[in-house]
Parts: sequence; structure tokens; C-alpha cells
Amino acid sequence: MNDQDFALTRNAAGRIVFTGKEGDVHEGVVPVRAFPISAPQEGVSLLGEDGHELRWISRLSDLPEAMRALIETELAQREFMPEITRIRQVSSFATPSKWQISTDRGDTELLLKAEDHIRRLTNSTLLITDGYGVSFLIRDIGAMDHHSRKLLDRFL
Amino acid sequence: MGAVQPRTRKGFSLQRVGSLSNMASVVNSHLVNLHTISPLSSDKQVSDAWHKALQARLSAREKIHASLETNLDEQLNYAKRLILLTNQRLIGLTWPALEFCEYPLGEDLALHQRDHAGIGCIELFAAGTRLAWWRYTMAHDPEATRFVRQFEQVLGGLLSGQPIVEAQPVLCPQCLMPLVPGQDECAYCDVETEAPPSSWVLLRLWRFAKPYRWQLLAGFLLMLASTAATLVPPYLTMPLMDKVLIPYENGSPINTDMVTLLLGGLFGSALLAWGLGWARTYILALVSERIGTDLRTITYDHLLHLSLEYFGGKRTGDLMARVGSESDRICLFLSLHLLDFATDVLMIAMTTAILISIDPWLALVTLLPLPLIVWMIHSVRQKLSTGFEKVDRVWSQVSNILADTIPGIRVVKAFAQEKRESARFRQVNQNNLAVNDRINKIWSLFSPSVTLLTEIGLLVVWAFGIWQVTHNKISVGVLTAFLAYISRFYTRLDSMSRIVSVTQKTASGAKRIFDILDRVSSVPEPVRPQHLDSIIGRIEIREAGFRYGNRAIIKDMNLVIEPGEMIGLVGHSGSGKSTLVNLMCRFYDVSEGSISIDGVNIRSLPIAEYRHNIGLVLQEPFLFFGSIAENIAYGKPHATLAEIVAAARAAHAHEFILRLPHGYDSLVGERGQGLSGGERQRISIARALLIDPRILILDEATASVDTETEKEIQKALDNLVRGRTTIAIAHRLSTLHKANRLVVMDRGEIVETGSHDELMQREGAYFRLYQAQARNVDTDLDDQSISAPENGKESAE
Repeated sequence: MNDQDFALTRNAAGRIVFTGKEGDVHEGVVPVRAFPISAPQEGVSLLGEDGHELRWISRLSDLPEAMRALIETELAQREFMPEITRIRQVSSFATPSKWQISTDRGDTELLLKAEDHIRRLTNSTLLITDGYGVSFLIRDIGAMDHHSRKLLDRFL
Repeated sequence: MGAVQPRTRKGFSLQRVGSLSNMASVVNSHLVNLHTISPLSSDKQVSDAWHKALQARLSAREKIHASLETNLDEQLNYAKRLILLTNQRLIGLTWPALEFCEYPLGEDLALHQRDHAGIGCIELFAAGTRLAWWRYTMAHDPEATRFVRQFEQVLGGLLSGQPIVEAQPVLCPQCLMPLVPGQDECAYCDVETEAPPSSWVLLRLWRFAKPYRWQLLAGFLLMLASTAATLVPPYLTMPLMDKVLIPYENGSPINTDMVTLLLGGLFGSALLAWGLGWARTYILALVSERIGTDLRTITYDHLLHLSLEYFGGKRTGDLMARVGSESDRICLFLSLHLLDFATDVLMIAMTTAILISIDPWLALVTLLPLPLIVWMIHSVRQKLSTGFEKVDRVWSQVSNILADTIPGIRVVKAFAQEKRESARFRQVNQNNLAVNDRINKIWSLFSPSVTLLTEIGLLVVWAFGIWQVTHNKISVGVLTAFLAYISRFYTRLDSMSRIVSVTQKTASGAKRIFDILDRVSSVPEPVRPQHLDSIIGRIEIREAGFRYGNRAIIKDMNLVIEPGEMIGLVGHSGSGKSTLVNLMCRFYDVSEGSISIDGVNIRSLPIAEYRHNIGLVLQEPFLFFGSIAENIAYGKPHATLAEIVAAARAAHAHEFILRLPHGYDSLVGERGQGLSGGERQRISIARALLIDPRILILDEATASVDTETEKEIQKALDNLVRGRTTIAIAHRLSTLHKANRLVVMDRGEIVETGSHDELMQREGAYFRLYQAQARNVDTDLDDQSISAPENGKESAE
């Protein structure tokens, strides 16, 4: 926790500024999770504007509170992988199919173009990429209600 | 108050308008029609609510230029936000709280648009300070781009004090092609068909059946006749029973003439049914096979003309299945299932007529349970079909593992992971077993159940028939005839019930084929093609952008390549070099901006004509199955032998070809097995040389060969390059020593241009790349730079 030798701040333009040990300053730093699905809390990399890694943070919890909050706010604004909690309705069992879904980020609809766009990450976790490039996560099929599971089952 | 206008003005006036308040008429804006703003917001209430919230806040003199509805809030939750551009300010509104914020238009105001991982963002800056930002999913991206453009136009007009003098045609936000006035959708950016497949799609097969309509008609008539013929024998059992057997049992002698006649009739009808049935099946099988063949040919033809983008997004196996087995399935459906079904329906109709004509009451009792039984069979089958779909999918998992492992067998063995792969396969296999076990439970029950149901049906007929016979309402002969008829089509019920699921499956197969056929190439042929007689080779790339999925690969690129100039494209892998080359070949179309050759947009040239002017040499040369001569002449099938030899000589391929046992007639495999990488590459160079293109594109032509071979190829390439506009991509900077100009790319943008010396002096991105190669430090260049030191020396000369 104390071996941290850099500082992160947010400037007026809303960009994150990284100041290194030698006083080198990088603007527009982008935090990226290395394992966004399997281990979101571990392995966050700070990338400079040119795409080079500035610092590897193996655990977010190792950072001081303020910097962690800054990174997490930034991540929250960039990461978009709604978790599907319920499938309300599907337009057809053959693709392309429009699904009316509830997610942890509100209700929306997704367009499933082909069954291949449902990717099985583990036995109970699915990643669904919709026609517009948004990835939806189903963390645990077992945790969904019966109706959703039944609909989903027709596509698996 | 005229603040919120309906979108009435889609065309625009060309007249000069002086005062600011009239600007709205000039800047053709997506005037607020709140009902049609976003493709996803369909509920009208929200739009009305925006309306209400706005009316109270806009002053009477304010005019709305543009609006944008976004669908995410600051924490990226789904929520509606509205941005509104008026002639005085930028207004932000939230939903449902209707929080209001405003930013008066001023010169330091700027809107920036960017996107990352499927999320777009519009940020509002004032003198470098971010005031506000809005986020949206990429579904809203075209509207957002349009909004930002309009903002810039309005602000520009406002600041310069003069309205935009010339009204510009509305451009499609995606491809910048002018839109047809009054239309919101661009003809070039095709819209995905999103309708689910229905069985009606089968009707579309008529297009392929039409040429065979007379054969089809003949087949149908034959079907009628043959079905009628099969119905004769049970009818003849009636007199056989009533007039021959029963009288004999009662003591009368056998009427030999009648027996002969009836037996003759039975034999004759059987013979007739045989002959007609053969003719019918033969004709219809012929027709369906032809329809299948046409379908395959046309689909393949269409497929070949689709853009690379389509192929990029599809798996080879899937496309092969569509063209191959799906068309076969349709063919089978037409020749077998549909035929059987039609025969069955005809038979039922005719039987019903016959039964009613013999005895209406018995006919009623016989036919009454039929619909019930059909319904029961159908409902069980429906259950089964979902199960079978699951089996299909699990089965594809099994084959996927095979397809995954067998080509990668060297890796599996090298890392000694046989056990793990075997475990993976076993697990999927177990999965397959479990699914099959489950379905077999229902399936095994199915066939006995059908038998049971038909037996019950027969039982009803027996019971009612016996009762009727005992009351002397019908004769024994009539009862036997009824039983003969009814058992005939009870056995068909099962196959009839199958038609539903078979039709559904075929419909989805047909849909998959029509998906290809309906697909408009995203690289469309121009509507009004222009022709260039001779191409000089001046290439101009103007504000080109390209987006693949949700990733912007090329951004705002400007580059002019003079005729005969050789350009070297340099950059890290993933910097967009290959994409740029693909855009130039028009394998893809730019998402924004334009590429023109000799001042003509390449989109307005006929594709084949344009590509004839391009010679392409790829990193992995692809040789088709055939002789070397055929491969060299691939782009010009009628080339003379002398031309082929000349091209091979120029490509430094002549000598090694002669060393092969059959010279130019040596066969090469699909990827040119038996030839080394360098040899294959020189054949592909000869191929490019033979068509004598004005523009030459070398995409890492020497990347996959060793340094010695590279020198050979380099000599061949030097022959090829002479006098042509050349764009060469290379990892090894040494290969570009002949280039007039080097263009350094990084993450989709040009960062530097200039000659080797200029760029070295500048000590910028190229300098770093060069240094990295010279030092053989494999910083960012990937594994291809193994032999960098010698190259470094070579190009330093």
C-alpha cells in the first residue's frame, strides 16, 4: 500500500492525469481491467494515451482510497456489460431474434443475430453480444427465473 | 410558440439567408420530430413528455436545429437523455426527472464524439474544460454523428455571422454518401433483415420452381391418378366379401367369372398404381433435384459477389453448410416430405368421399377420432422437436471440438495435452449422451403411443361396425372395406404429423439460404457506373474512416498517392495498414469519407473493372488446385503461354518452375503443398504481373519467408513495381528502401510521412521503429522481425 509511487488526478477536461515518480506526467490515462469477467477486482492496468502500459495494479484494494475511487469511477463510466437478470420476451426462437430483457442497468432490448453470439464462459455464465456490439452477461443461469431459463434454453 | 416544429422541411433552400433567426431554414437539421428520434425509443409518451418539458423552457424566438436522444445515463444505466441544439444554446434534459441544463453557444464551445467497447460518448467542452457528457449505445451512433456535425455547422454559422452559404446535400452519417431527399436511410448502408423465419418463406421457393411448372403440373396430375388407383383395391373387397365369400359360406357355389373379374381388377389396379406411382415419383424427383441444383448455383453465385465483410463475419463451415446441406434439405423436402404429404392429403380426401358415398354414418364415426389423434400426435412431436434441436446443438459442440483439435494437433502434442483434450471431448460426449437419454425417454414412448392411438381408432370402427352389422344396417363387406381404408391412412398419420416439424426445419433452412440471397453486398455495384478508359493511378484518400463492429480502425485519413509513386506503409501490427489496403481494393467500403482514383470515387466504378487495375500480392499466397500455369493465369484466363512464361520470368519463378517434374503443368494443391513459401510467393507475383495492373498492392509480401528467399522475391518485386503506383506494407523496413515516401501509421491514423532520411531526421515514430529493428529489440513489432539486424544494415545503405 505504501510502495505506490505515482499519483492520479482528474483534470478539468475530465481526463485522468498520471504523475510518475520522476515527475513524468501523462494525460488521458485509461484504466483497463485485465480480467473483466473472471476476476474484475484483480489486475487493472493503467494505459497511457499512446496505448502503452504505465502501471500495473495487481489489486485495486492495494491503492489508497482516493485513487481507487477515481479509477473505479472511470471504470464505471467506461465499462458497459449489463447483466441480464430476466428475459421477458423473445421475438422468435430462430435468429435474428429480438429479446426484451431486464438488466441490472435497466430494461432494454437486444438483437441476437446468430446463436454463435452467445458464448459460454463457464457452465453457468454466458456472454451475449448483441447486434450493436454491446456485450450482455448472464452470470448465473441458475439464478434466473423459470420463464427466462426456458426461453434461454431454446437458444443453447 | 414555434419552438418545436414538426419535421416538415426535409429539402433545403439554396437561397442566401442573412439573418441569424432564419438559419434554421438553411442548416438542414434533423428538426425535432421527437417521435422518430431513436430507433429504440418507440413509446410515444416519452416523446410527448419531452415536448411538454421543452415548451415551457424555450423562448419564442428560439429555433431548434437538432436534437439527439441518448439512452444511457452517467453511470451507464439505461435511461433517456435528450440533447437539444437551438440557435442560442445547447440544452440537456434528463428523463424522467426532466432536469434541465443549458450551455449558451459561444466560440469556445466544442463537442467531441468518441467511442469505446460499444459505448459512444459526446462530450461538451468549453475552453478545454469538460462541461457535460452524454453516453449512448452504438445503435444511436449515426444520429450522434449527425448531431455533432449539425452542432459544428450551426456554431460555425453563428460565429462567422453569416449563414452557411451553400446548402449541402444531406449526407448519410455512416458513409457520407448523399441521401435521397426525404429519405432517412442510406441506400448504401444496408439494413439487416430482422424478421424471424416463418413457414411462408417456403413460398419464396416458387421463384426456383417456376421454370419447372409444367413438369410440376404433370407430376400433380400423375399423383392424383396414382392415388386414385391405390384406392381401388379396398373398394373391390366389398363385392368380393358380400357377393362371393358370404354367399359361399351360406351354401351358394362360387361365381368363378365374378372372382376372375374382381381378382383381375385388383391386379390391374395394383399394376396401374405401380406405373403411375413410378412416373409421379420420377418426375417430381427430377424436378426437385433441379430446383435444388439451381438453388445451390444461384446461392453460390450470389455469395461470391458479397463483400469480404460478410465472409469475415461468417464461419466457413456455416457458409458451406448453407450452400451445401441446406439446399439439399430443401430438395429432400420437396421430393419426399412434401410429396408424401400431398399424397396423403389427397388420399384422405378421396377416402372420405368414398366412405361417405358408401355409408355416411359409419364414415362419420370412422373419421371423427381422426382430428383428435392427429392433434395428439402433433403435440407429442412438438415436444420432441425442441429436444431434437437440443441434440443438434450438442452434436455441433462435439464436432466443434474435433474441428478445433485436429488442425491444432501439433500444439496439443507439443504441450502434451492429449489427456486434457480427451477429457474435454469425453465431457461433451457425456453431455451429448445425457441430452439423448432425455429425448429417448419421450421418443421411445412415441411410436408405441401412435400405434395405440390408431388401434383405439380401429377399435371404435370395429365396435360401431359390428353394432351396425348386427342391426343389419351394413353388410360385412362394407365393414371390411371400411377397415381396409381406415387402416391404410391411420398408418400415414404419423408421417403426416411429421410434416409440421419438417416444414419448420426446411423453412429455417430456406431462410438461411434466402439470408444469403437477400443480402445486398455492403460493397454495392454503382447504380450509374462511370468508366475510366485508362487509369493513370492517382489515388486520393479523403477524410476516410472505417469502423469494424464497434471499433474504429481507420480515423479521418487523408493521403494522396501520385501516379507511379511507391508508398511504404509502416506501423505496428494492428495500426490499420491492412485495413487501408482492403479499403483501397474496395473489399470494404469506407464508413466515412471517400477514396478516389484519378479523381473518380471508386464507389462509382464497376467493381470488377476497378479491380482489374489492381495487382495484389498477399503475405500468404493462395494457390488454387490446378497447374502452375493455370495459377499464374488466374487473373487472365486467356493469357497465351508466352505471356505466362514472360510473367514467370519477370517474377524470377521461371527457373524453379522448370526444375519441377512437369514444368508449368505441375499440379499444386489447394495451398500449394510441395512448394516452398518463397516459390509460392513468386508464383503469386507472376499472377499479379500478368494482369499488368496500374496499381500494385503488396501486403507483407515478404513477411513469411527467410532472408535469402526474401532477396529473390525482392528482385521479382522490383520488376513488378516499376512504373506502377505501389502501396507496400512491410514489417521489415528494409523491404521499403525503394519507396518514394513512407507513411507511418499508428492506431488508424497517419502519424508521419516522408522519405526514410527525412523521417530519420525527425526522430519520431519511424525513427523509433527503425531503431527498434536495428537493435533487434522486439519491442512492438511482432515476431516477424527476427532477422532485423541485417535488414537494418541493408536499408541503411
